Amino acid sequence: MGLRDVLLGWPVYRQLTGADPLGRGAAAQSARSAALTPRTEAADRVARSVCPYCAVGCGQRVFVSGNQVTQIEGDPDSPISRGRLCPKGSASKSLVTSPLRQTTVRYRRPYGTEWEDLDLDTALDMIADRILAARAETWEDVDAEGRPLNRTLGISSLGGATLDNEENYLIKKLFTAMGALQIENQARI
Amino acid sequence: MAEAHPVGFQWVMEARKRGAKVFHVDPRFTRTSASADVYLPIRAGTDIALLGGVINYILTNELDFREYVLAYTNAATIVSEDFVDAEDAEGLFSGFDPATGSYVQDSWQYAGHERDSGSGHTATARETAAGLRHESHGAPIAGQVERDETLQHPRCVYQILKRHFARYTPEMVQRVCGLPPEKFLELARAWTQNSGRERTGCLIYSVGWTQHSVGVQYIRTGAIIQLLLGNVGRPGGGVLALRGHASIQGSTDIPTLFNLLPGYLPMPHHAQHPTFDDWVNAIRHPGQKGFWGNARAYAASLLKAYWGEAATPDNDFCYGYLPRLTGDHGTYQQVLDMIDGKIRGYFLLGQNPAVGSAHGRAQRLGMANLEWLVVRDLFMIESATFWQRGPEVATGEIVPQECRTEVFFLPAASHVEKEGTFTQTQRLLQWREKAVDPPGDARSELWFFYHLGRRLREKLAGSPLPRDRALLDLAWDYPTHGPHDEPDAEAVLREINGYDIATGRPLAGFAEARDDGTTAVGCWIYAGVYADGVNQAARRRPGGEQDWVAAEWGWAWPANRRMLYNRASADPQGRPWSDRKRYVWWDESAGRWTGHDVPDFEVTKAPSYRPPPGASGPAALAGDDPFVMQADGKGWLYAPSGVLDGPLPTHYEPAESPVRNPLYGQQGNPTRKTYRHPVNSVNPSPPQEHSQVFPYVFTVSRLTEHHTAGGMSRTVAPLAELQPEMFVEVSPELATLAGLNHLGWAHLVSARAVIEAKVLVTDRLVPLRVDGRVIHQLWLPYHFGFEGLVTGDSANDLFGITLDPNVLIQESKIGTCDVRPGRRPTGAALGELVDDYRRRAGVTPGAVPPAVTPGVPIGPPGSGGDGEGNG
Repeated sequence: MGLRDVLLGWPVYRQLTGADPLGRGAAAQSARSAALTPRTEAADRVARSVCPYCAVGCGQRVFVSGNQVTQIEGDPDSPISRGRLCPKGSASKSLVTSPLRQTTVRYRRPYGTEWEDLDLDTALDMIADRILAARAETWEDVDAEGRPLNRTLGISSLGGATLDNEENYLIKKLFTAMGALQIENQARI
Repeated sequence: MAEAHPVGFQWVMEARKRGAKVFHVDPRFTRTSASADVYLPIRAGTDIALLGGVINYILTNELDFREYVLAYTNAATIVSEDFVDAEDAEGLFSGFDPATGSYVQDSWQYAGHERDSGSGHTATARETAAGLRHESHGAPIAGQVERDETLQHPRCVYQILKRHFARYTPEMVQRVCGLPPEKFLELARAWTQNSGRERTGCLIYSVGWTQHSVGVQYIRTGAIIQLLLGNVGRPGGGVLALRGHASIQGSTDIPTLFNLLPGYLPMPHHAQHPTFDDWVNAIRHPGQKGFWGNARAYAASLLKAYWGEAATPDNDFCYGYLPRLTGDHGTYQQVLDMIDGKIRGYFLLGQNPAVGSAHGRAQRLGMANLEWLVVRDLFMIESATFWQRGPEVATGEIVPQECRTEVFFLPAASHVEKEGTFTQTQRLLQWREKAVDPPGDARSELWFFYHLGRRLREKLAGSPLPRDRALLDLAWDYPTHGPHDEPDAEAVLREINGYDIATGRPLAGFAEARDDGTTAVGCWIYAGVYADGVNQAARRRPGGEQDWVAAEWGWAWPANRRMLYNRASADPQGRPWSDRKRYVWWDESAGRWTGHDVPDFEVTKAPSYRPPPGASGPAALAGDDPFVMQADGKGWLYAPSGVLDGPLPTHYEPAESPVRNPLYGQQGNPTRKTYRHPVNSVNPSPPQEHSQVFPYVFTVSRLTEHHTAGGMSRTVAPLAELQPEMFVEVSPELATLAGLNHLGWAHLVSARAVIEAKVLVTDRLVPLRVDGRVIHQLWLPYHFGFEGLVTGDSANDLFGITLDPNVLIQESKIGTCDVRPGRRPTGAALGELVDDYRRRAGVTPGAVPPAVTPGVPIGPPGSGGDGEGNG
């Protein structure tokens, strides 16, 4: 490295001679930081999304490399949020990539003291059997005067406000068809 | 708003930059207060007294926007002479039935319509949360009403309103709310000055406002002010709710709620709606004005979407398959039924009641007494591990080896691992693209419920039982894709939008729905979201390339209309009230309504249109009736039906209060929903004895860095690091009084629970002088629980279960408590401490205070059958 390179590498020199007299931009940049690029630039694709927390509905851009979310940023096109996200929205990449996320089915048998593993397909089958048993045991065809009831009060469900409209639609449709009406969500809380 | 909806708050800051004056009313000084022009600390639970004071200020000084009020509200309508106001009866309106704790509404009706407008007993309406139906439309009333355009008739709504709020003076506001009169008058003056042709003011609330035993009436009071000032249906006006979950609006529109079907159609009631015609007529009320006249088409098209080919006009579109309500099947009734062993299985879909619902101990004891529980979530939440690590395990109330509940934890897909729409707080649907596949066994709810339904139908194939027909006949064929056979969310959205069955053509709007079985529509208010076969919710024309209404970003229901009732943005003749507030107006030369938004009016109906005698449905609305979903086309200052706890808001104290109601003999809302169950209890309030055992008021809310019950934030490292600990905020005065040290520990006690928290001594809370005494308030975040990266006791454990009568939401923004220095006891000693408090307060578990305060006279409830009262 020659004297000239050393001089040019000295931030004070660049601050005094360059276009950044306050030393808050290019003058203060190191060779390492100059070589860095944002990981958003390396993304294979970007999905247009919406923040999953409150109901303001801020736009998000989800940057993906391979099958990995590498960054989530505010969508500047959104007329609602204009690119901004709050601390929670800004943490959504940490939410979806959190090491605490459960990725396998867990099963606790009656009177059990520990979790056990369970195959997803088996779990779905066991749940279906339990629904049918609960319906059979608690089904009400008619009321005391013979008017139709067509229901079970043996099954309950809670949740929906964090889910998609399409999901809530299928949830309500299926529960209604199985005669389960004790369906509730966060809107009641 | 700056704390819980920070990005939305940028628009408040923009408005302030342009000269708007921002007032913030809150028991606690927050980041919103710091950015406001005026901060008003208020005693929690007294908002009706404050807002009633503003109404009184407007009416006493005749500052209402008279031209708007006269033309667009029911101010001139004459009310029945049978009506007795709460002002004249110690806080009870006429028609109270002590046997059911609810009102017979006949005497509330407009003059001459005491019997014919769907009035009657509201006990059933309360049990079924019937008020929630009015999210999309008003309650029914008779068509032709008597009016006094001079507003001088003593029984016209304007005069009744004036008398009702006459005692809500600045001095009374001070006595009830603890606000100095000069601060109150500053608010009242500024609000009323933003009224008239040139100006508007807006009212913003977060939904903590709803979590009161008078929650619906809070919002009614705000709506009355906004109507009096002409601030509804106009730009810069409105009553804006800031809801708290990404699609909580969507999950109300397409409800996972017990009492509703999509588009606010009611779930049928066994006694009121035995037949399809009974059900449909209860919705559309033959002869009514307004757009609900077409309800038969919406109902028939929903049943076609549910049961496809099996649903025909001859079998009433399989109406018989729908399960029937018999009463209250809400989430709190369910939890008590779980404790009593009546419920076998429970699904939790991204909700964490062990932390997020009132009375956490009741929630956990209920879940510990199921046969099976299915938890679908991103993280291992408290509601999945209560049997292993919950507070009741520490006290010995739940013993894992004796707890029978079988628990399935199924990992869910996150918002970037599936595609679909959220509906945000202003009715805007926004489609999300899928970014990545969900990890491992994680699946969307779409996948889970589609495949669960498929499997149920396979298992039942060939079943001869009538009860299985509804599942076997269900239209349940959705295209799937990918290695896991993920259902196609767009196909579901298309069904929600609705389509012509013969051609498959998506409907352009709900006007195309038919009652003859030729259309299927999953949610009629969403019709148009898939118009022309295009996913309108996926539209993303950048905001910078559009005008300020931004009509090409996403899609808003109904009909992509961004502001409801926007006909009111023009004067009765159809001209903009002013150039500055121009929004939608009548174009005389073109013969149609036009403007910046989709007009919320029949587009070619002239302002001069007057309905012919005998008209019904939309044709009965005049050209200057802007509130098209209301049965009389008017904004309701006075609600003759539809609101179960009174035609006018009235200040009642919260179910738990240290203060005797300064306004009425009646202490609390006489129609509030209570539960006599051994697990439930209510701290005493005056005039009951021993209220001093729980001398302090506590309230709860959100932190910027956490979300609801913490399942999506205490599990996320950056957020957990920003807010790592449960804490309680107290004023320096209370800290001295109770012996609390900054950064030390305190524990709080109610008749339900004792919880501990770190102490933050701060002047963000101030003691308030109320009715001659000092009231101390404490504030807690409600996000904490025993799982996640950061843990702490749950504030919601302190609450009991008392509900608003209109929508059955719990009072969980205010309660009373005691606070003591140091950590709480553990093990058996914990229960003994709570027992000791109960003994000293005279609280018997399962007992609730009388609905009507002793000494308050009760008039005759009047006649009225057993009808529902308010459609």
